[in-house]
Amino acid sequence: MSVQEVLPLGGVATGQSGDFRADHRLVAEMVKPGSKVLDVGCGEGDLLQLLETRGIDGRGIELSREGVNRCVAKGLAVVQGDADTDLVNYPDDAFDYVILSQTLQATRQPRVVLENLLRIGRRAIVSFPNFGFWKMRLQLLIGGHMPRTENLPATWYDTANIHFCTIKDFVQLCDEINVKMERSVALDLYGRPVPLNLPWWVWNMFGEQGVFLLSRGGGK
Amino acid sequence: MGGVKSIPSPAISTDERSHEVDHPSSQVAHFGAEQPLRLDCGVDLTPFQIAYQTYGELNADRSNAVLICHALTGDQHVANVHPVTGKPGWWETLVGPGRPIDPKQYFIICSNVIGGCMGSTGPASINPSTGKVWGLDFPVITIPDMVRAQAMLVDRLGIDTLFAVVGGSMGGMQVLQWTAAYPARVFSALAIACSTRHSAQNIAFHELGRQAVMADPDWHGGGYADHGIHPHRGLGVARMAAHITYLSDAALHRKFGRRMQDRELPTFSFDADFQVESYLRYQGSSFVERFDANSYLYLTRAMDYFDIAADHGGVLAKAFADIKTRFCVVSFTSDWLFPTSESRALVHALNASSARVSFAEIETDRGHDAFLLDVPEFFDISRAFLQSAGKARGLKGS
Repeated sequence: MSVQEVLPLGGVATGQSGDFRADHRLVAEMVKPGSKVLDVGCGEGDLLQLLETRGIDGRGIELSREGVNRCVAKGLAVVQGDADTDLVNYPDDAFDYVILSQTLQATRQPRVVLENLLRIGRRAIVSFPNFGFWKMRLQLLIGGHMPRTENLPATWYDTANIHFCTIKDFVQLCDEINVKMERSVALDLYGRPVPLNLPWWVWNMFGEQGVFLLSRGGGK
Repeated sequence: MGGVKSIPSPAISTDERSHEVDHPSSQVAHFGAEQPLRLDCGVDLTPFQIAYQTYGELNADRSNAVLICHALTGDQHVANVHPVTGKPGWWETLVGPGRPIDPKQYFIICSNVIGGCMGSTGPASINPSTGKVWGLDFPVITIPDMVRAQAMLVDRLGIDTLFAVVGGSMGGMQVLQWTAAYPARVFSALAIACSTRHSAQNIAFHELGRQAVMADPDWHGGGYADHGIHPHRGLGVARMAAHITYLSDAALHRKFGRRMQDRELPTFSFDADFQVESYLRYQGSSFVERFDANSYLYLTRAMDYFDIAADHGGVLAKAFADIKTRFCVVSFTSDWLFPTSESRALVHALNASSARVSFAEIETDRGHDAFLLDVPEFFDISRAFLQSAGKARGLKGS
């Protein structure tokens, strides 16, 4: 199993305070200043804007035309594209980091996408909603219906999120495809990191989302 | 059938048109024997001239120059009243005070392409070796030739690196050729409704237009100038056919539907019963007032030959290897002449070259012509792209 640690969140407050989302600030903290980054599924460019303030050369791919056009109108280098089909066009090692923020669960082939992230980028940062979160479990167990939360309000029949997973599932996939987890952070409902000294099952239960810094594992 | 009208003769005489060809109402850069234009066909064109307009002031470190590249039937009068038609500049929606490309901020250059008919050397110009109009003796030119000539003009103006090169359609092809041929001289590139190669369908439409010109007996094998006439019928038909490709089914339907032109019932003749017919005839007849038929043949040919990948071993990404230019690519949903798929192929190649690229597809039913029309989302994107590039370039006011 990989290393768990608390990130050096120097100067960056957690929680929903400030202009930027907690998970975005956490992701931005993981990126070394001056590096070149591709944000896959960049939405309206909030994370890219945050990265830009840190002197990072950011590019984006976004599926929705409205999202792309808003990004471009902010002066961001964003193209319309699909994580499932367009990542193949990028050459190996084109970026220092490839970020997949809250998008993994919406891809058709998460495993292939993850492999592409670590082909294009020397490192990948992946964040996703944890379906093992206790509120999710409770809704299924007690309510008997597919979970819906504030962050994931769509019903099962109109959601774009077709491949939900838990933190445990994701860790298993990383092991399977020989991906090294350099840093792993679970954020609770309030965007605070779950303390590192707790066992994995606690993370999987109390992490509302997981954020992982990944690199290519050595040969197996 | 006495009421049937074909394309009327132009209101402007051939003499007036040829006056703009040789003595344009623009600035002119002359290039003598010491500076020939080396053409792709192997000919050295010399002497030649480039007619151009500028707007705004070049800043002290010569870093704020924006080159606008015009489309097939455009010219250098991008943001001033046209000297022949008296109409406003063809891109005043994008270029001008308060617009995304503002002369307060940028030194804006727009030149008539080589092969054109508004003052740059082309088939309607006088061949100095014969003293007669070039006609079909003019060498075939290409998009890279046009760009080579523009680079000579930019040199002449004392500018090393252009802050931006901007163009749509054939102008967009020139933008891409600029980045492929002179990557270090282009800080940012805004390529709109264009492609890195002309498609078979587009070549087919161009061939239709050329055949219409050549089928006009007044064309005289390209030597109409010697007869003091102009093949306005053929050129008008070429323009009508081309104009359909610049629009869309939805736009034509919205604008005209099946409405009749100044009448309630069909006349049971081939008169322009429908508004759309009347509109097309007007487009054809007004075009021939300002454009030379041979020039139309040459410029459409240049577009047909355009294929950047072919010039780079068939691999488009090689054309942009390690390029530092910042790109913005824009397409329009209803453009079937240069569809989004063409822009996407370009973007994929730029991604493969790790180029910095923005790509937006804009939803509109106005077809290819959308790039010339009032489409606010397009202006917002253009403005933001140039401002962001201006910041990176250290331009004041960005």
